[in-house]
Amino acid sequence: MTTAAPARGQAAPSSGRGRRPRLTPSARRERNAGLRFISPWIIGFLIFTAWPILYSAYLSLTDYDVLSDPSFVGLENYQRMVEDPKVRLALWNTLVYTVLQVPTYVIVALALAMLLNQAGRSAGFFRTAFFIPKMTPPVAVGVLLLLLFNGQYGLINRMLAVVGIDGPAWTTDPMWIKPGIALISLWSVGASVIILFAALRDVPTELYDAARVDGAGWWRRTRTVTLPMISGGIFFVTVVNTIAAFQMFDEAYSAYFGAGNSTYSNDAALFYVIYLFREGFQELHMGYASALAWLLFVVIMLVTAVQLVVSRRLVYYESEQR
Amino acid sequence: MTAVPTSGTTAVAGAGVPVPGAPVAPPMPPSTPPRTRAPRHGNRRPVLRGVVIVVLAALAVAFVYPLLWLLSASFKPRGEVFDNRLIPANPTFDNYVTVWQEAPLALWLGNTVLVTVLAAGAVTLSSALVAWGFAHFRFRGRGALFGLVLATMMLPGAVTLIPTFLIWNQLGLVGTNVPLWAGNLFGSAFYIFLLRQFFLSLPREPFEAARLDGANNWVMFWRIAVPLCRPAIILTFLFEAQASWTDLMRPLVYLQDSSTFTIPRGLKALIDQFGPGGESQWEIVVTASVITTLPMILLFFLGQRHFVQGISTTGSKG
Repeated sequence: MTTAAPARGQAAPSSGRGRRPRLTPSARRERNAGLRFISPWIIGFLIFTAWPILYSAYLSLTDYDVLSDPSFVGLENYQRMVEDPKVRLALWNTLVYTVLQVPTYVIVALALAMLLNQAGRSAGFFRTAFFIPKMTPPVAVGVLLLLLFNGQYGLINRMLAVVGIDGPAWTTDPMWIKPGIALISLWSVGASVIILFAALRDVPTELYDAARVDGAGWWRRTRTVTLPMISGGIFFVTVVNTIAAFQMFDEAYSAYFGAGNSTYSNDAALFYVIYLFREGFQELHMGYASALAWLLFVVIMLVTAVQLVVSRRLVYYESEQR
Repeated sequence: MTAVPTSGTTAVAGAGVPVPGAPVAPPMPPSTPPRTRAPRHGNRRPVLRGVVIVVLAALAVAFVYPLLWLLSASFKPRGEVFDNRLIPANPTFDNYVTVWQEAPLALWLGNTVLVTVLAAGAVTLSSALVAWGFAHFRFRGRGALFGLVLATMMLPGAVTLIPTFLIWNQLGLVGTNVPLWAGNLFGSAFYIFLLRQFFLSLPREPFEAARLDGANNWVMFWRIAVPLCRPAIILTFLFEAQASWTDLMRPLVYLQDSSTFTIPRGLKALIDQFGPGGESQWEIVVTASVITTLPMILLFFLGQRHFVQGISTTGSKG
């Protein structure tokens, strides 16, 4: 921006010799132009990411209710978290939900993608049908959860009754609330199906032909060709969904927690981010909520790191071999 | 549903598709018919294919059914919402009239359209600029900076939620729609990543030629790069429009007065008033849900190709 740009073509190796060696005027011009284009992100990063991270770390050491200044309390918030039974409950709920939801979600996505891969030219049509529910706003998904999974009148239990199963009270029985949310989340599996389907279509046909010539049946072909070849896609879908499951908020909050003046709540659906949100913005315990946010951050980082380490052994990237 | 074109199959041409006209060299197993158009494994047994299509059709119905159920319920009188008929026994338009009287729906829709257009427009423009900065220019530290962009994707929103709220609070903008879109003026990591991938795939020649013609960086970005990457630009806009329209958390945090609500926030208020713990007037909640959802379904059909192609790319490049 401030560089006096010399005329172009004047590539002068001697001019830029200072503390930063070998930066020719044209290289400097290129750098400055690049930085100019990137500058919106840099500004945004400083204001909306870097500063909030630092400030949130500071706030987590204070008592702050927005109305009066934050008062420093040291590690008190973290100590309180250890003793807070609601934190334990929220962590437990979130963990149970993640363990229920992620594997089911990935397996269903994979199964649908593999079916699509067998469908030939009609695959595009079915792919659209699977994706449409993903467009539904999560609040409306929350409504559908309450209605379709209603223990007495809901469509799900009516259908279960047809095959002789007495369905549970999905929306009121604490045992069944998390499975209910995990089930309705499968409805939005479409995007993951599209990703895995695209990965399946990229598997070279020759590999299947070779496996077939070797006499491999469907299961062996799936295990030794399909799954390794799309393991990158499976890994991506798993990581993204794990992170999302840990931050479950919209559907559960819409269905089970009152906003504004209405304060109904449901302990079985108290997920971590819901608890954090209520502490921060309903109770105005901003310091405590910041500490909660940091714990979530650490947990998500740890889980993602574990997944990365595991993936090193399981995921095959074609490009690495070439 | 029958209106959906099946063009999607050709959209994501896989690398495994043999080039037509290329010599078919490897000897085939005896029973295999000669390759004519891109056979995929398993396509060789028509019975199996038939079974797969029947299963898929049943699943497709299961996926679309809840939306039809919702739409149908919105035309039922109160007592019949739970009757689970697909065609209402006593169809009525009353719910739409009632919900329009009970809630400022037009206002909420207007608010949402405004926020959605601003949020999607802002993030598309800014992310494209930043992505172009990363894709076209070579300089020291570029890799590290881009690594930082990617790292911000890993950061859970909860960590920055409270300080970000305090920023907008300090600026006196809590209660307005500004916090719902203004942050987008600075680009967003995911879209920067996505657009950069597209910009990187452009050939360098047109830009070298333009440079010789004396075009400056801005002209090259705006006149050449952006038009060449139109699908990716549209995709970014569509993705963010969906994210912004359906967002609940930020409207919950930033909007207090009912007149400023976006439609999902308004729907949440209606759930509180008429749903569980409230007056159990489900027909109102159902109807408002339809009104909240329908624009997204429309958006999908307008940009269907972009959505499907875009998501396919996300997975393979991500």
